[in-house]
Amino acid sequence: MQEKSISVENVSKVYRLGSVGSKSFTDDFKSFVGKVTGQGSKDKNIEENDRTSIGQSEYVYALKDINFEVNTGEVLGVIGKNGAGKSTLLKILSKITAPSTGEIKIKGRMASLLEVGTGFHPELSGRENIFLNGAILGMRRHEIKAKFDEIVEFSGVSRYVDTPVKRYSSGMYVRLAFAVAAHLEPEILIIDEVLAVGDTEFQKKCLGKMKDVSGHGRTVLFVSHNMAAIKQLCHRAIFLKNGGLLKEGDAKSVVDYYLKDGREISISKSWDNLNDAPGNENIRLKKISVSPAESETDIISIETGIKFEIEYVNYVEGKTTDFTMFLFNQDEIMMFESGIILSQNNDSVKGHYKISTIIPAYYLNSGEYHINIVFGESQRYFLYLHNDILSFEIEENGANKGSNLKRSPGILRPNFDWKYNLVDYV
Amino acid sequence: MENNSWTRIIKPKSNPFELNLREIWEYRDLLYILVRRDIVSSYKQTLLGPLWFFVQPILTTIVFTIIFSNIAKINTENVNPTLFYLAGITFWNYYADCLQKTSGTFLANAGIFGKVYFPRIIVPLATILGNLYKFFVQFILLCIAIGVLAIMGKASVNIQWLHALVLLPHVILMIGLLGMASGNIISSLTVKYRDFSFLVAFGTQLLMYCTPVIYPLSYAQNSFFGAFVNINPITPLIEAFRYSMLGSGTFTPLTLLYSSAFCILTFTLSVFLFNRVEKNFVDII
Repeated sequence: MQEKSISVENVSKVYRLGSVGSKSFTDDFKSFVGKVTGQGSKDKNIEENDRTSIGQSEYVYALKDINFEVNTGEVLGVIGKNGAGKSTLLKILSKITAPSTGEIKIKGRMASLLEVGTGFHPELSGRENIFLNGAILGMRRHEIKAKFDEIVEFSGVSRYVDTPVKRYSSGMYVRLAFAVAAHLEPEILIIDEVLAVGDTEFQKKCLGKMKDVSGHGRTVLFVSHNMAAIKQLCHRAIFLKNGGLLKEGDAKSVVDYYLKDGREISISKSWDNLNDAPGNENIRLKKISVSPAESETDIISIETGIKFEIEYVNYVEGKTTDFTMFLFNQDEIMMFESGIILSQNNDSVKGHYKISTIIPAYYLNSGEYHINIVFGESQRYFLYLHNDILSFEIEENGANKGSNLKRSPGILRPNFDWKYNLVDYV
Repeated sequence: MENNSWTRIIKPKSNPFELNLREIWEYRDLLYILVRRDIVSSYKQTLLGPLWFFVQPILTTIVFTIIFSNIAKINTENVNPTLFYLAGITFWNYYADCLQKTSGTFLANAGIFGKVYFPRIIVPLATILGNLYKFFVQFILLCIAIGVLAIMGKASVNIQWLHALVLLPHVILMIGLLGMASGNIISSLTVKYRDFSFLVAFGTQLLMYCTPVIYPLSYAQNSFFGAFVNINPITPLIEAFRYSMLGSGTFTPLTLLYSSAFCILTFTLSVFLFNRVEKNFVDII
């Protein structure tokens, strides 16, 4: 039987939404009284962690019934969208926060790198901080002493080792911090993708070190959005979605599952009851959706184009009205605003309407986008405004998916017609 | 697979009174480094450096001597007023510093605690030990002051050697435990309700007036708030400290026993609270 390093059984984590204040104090007090008098508080209504819809309950599952095991010497990748529960899982494994239910068993000394430079004190010198940071990460003093020269050399800041780190450039700071982390020798290592930020050289160093570590038979848990790195470094992977474990298996098949099937194919929202629908006395929404413009494929990708549709009820009579859509990328950069005049010369009529448009293929680059919509009057006043009403993702086109998973740089992804001619021999 | 081969088991709740000594022992190097950091970093980039350890008690003693002895004419039981106030301030400051510094444990370290695990109790422990170092430095100042004033002929050396050897370590341990306990309780409560952090600053000040720091216990016992001073668990400790060093102070074995029991009980309660909070505080802070 294969030896196990980590065993996760039925682990769930519940978070309470909303702010802490006098209301939560009365809640605490009530549940305390309930406990004491033996009546118990009311069963909490806990919902799944689906961020695309607004739930009713104050309590959500960040993780729900997670079960998996990690063999000793294995590199396990953890993948999932933002908010799928990856960070929560790492925090529970690292003992930073406790699970709400379930049990985790771990064998061997564990170190987690959720951030580099944790606990660096600005007033202390580089030398003192190496000891401080190493000790915080669980190293003994003699271990740090033994590796001190190696750490300093790796970081390349040997000249400044007796200068307070508050005088370091941010690059030096990160290099020193990473050097300490890289010389940890735990039996189990947990690495968050935050490590992979920084310049390319730094990323290479980080990934190289990871290969090193796993080469020495140690167990590694690696969280990343970099699918190429997951495929390359990990033996197995797990895929988290909305707090649940959706798929577990060898790294390549899980990554493929994540890229192809694991995502919503077209995003739409609709409201049957007009009273619950977003809107106001001027406008009520009925339906809004984005989908691939060409129907033979289900995934919105660079080459499909995007069909945008909105259905709504208009209550405004005798006004000049217009509709505008604003598209933002994940960095909150507005890609464009585009719209249509709905009625001119104060002639709007009550009714149920539908607006649609197509964003052409080979226009936007891959990535996550979200939409704001505005209904306006005379192009000056708001009738109704809704931010972040939909968000969707544009995939890389299938042809490039194999070896090169890197996104092309730039915010546009045009497919220009290039010409190439021989003008003359020289 | 047998259960005993696992080295760490993570469960939703653990025994609330458990103080995992083995784990603290494993992190003893971190404790040492944190104590050093607190001492070294506190006077970095200052001209006087560690001399600041002396400046504060000396200036406070001078002010207290002028106001309470020369102007208010509070009787200090045949003890030289300077020594009386210096001893009181040294002892009280140790408690007040422990309380005020540990009361911010969770808030001040939220960043580190949210990113890496080590036994959280290490942080207040390091604060207590760092303050203990400062206390010893100031204690030496007290000894020097006793010597200097004796040579100048303004006071006689009145150290009760037997008490100093037996009672002093106990009294210092107790006041340290109480300082850490009150700090831990407040820091645990402030995680959810920040109200308590407002209480600390003026709370310690009010408490000082209920403790025989600027007056001897014998003086307060005749006054209307003598009852407050008597039930204050710090009172017998500070009186015993002064008796050991200066030969004057009012305490009985019973009052000492009362205050020791109070310190140990509060400490146990604070460990219970701390353990409850440390598991999930990252989610609510």
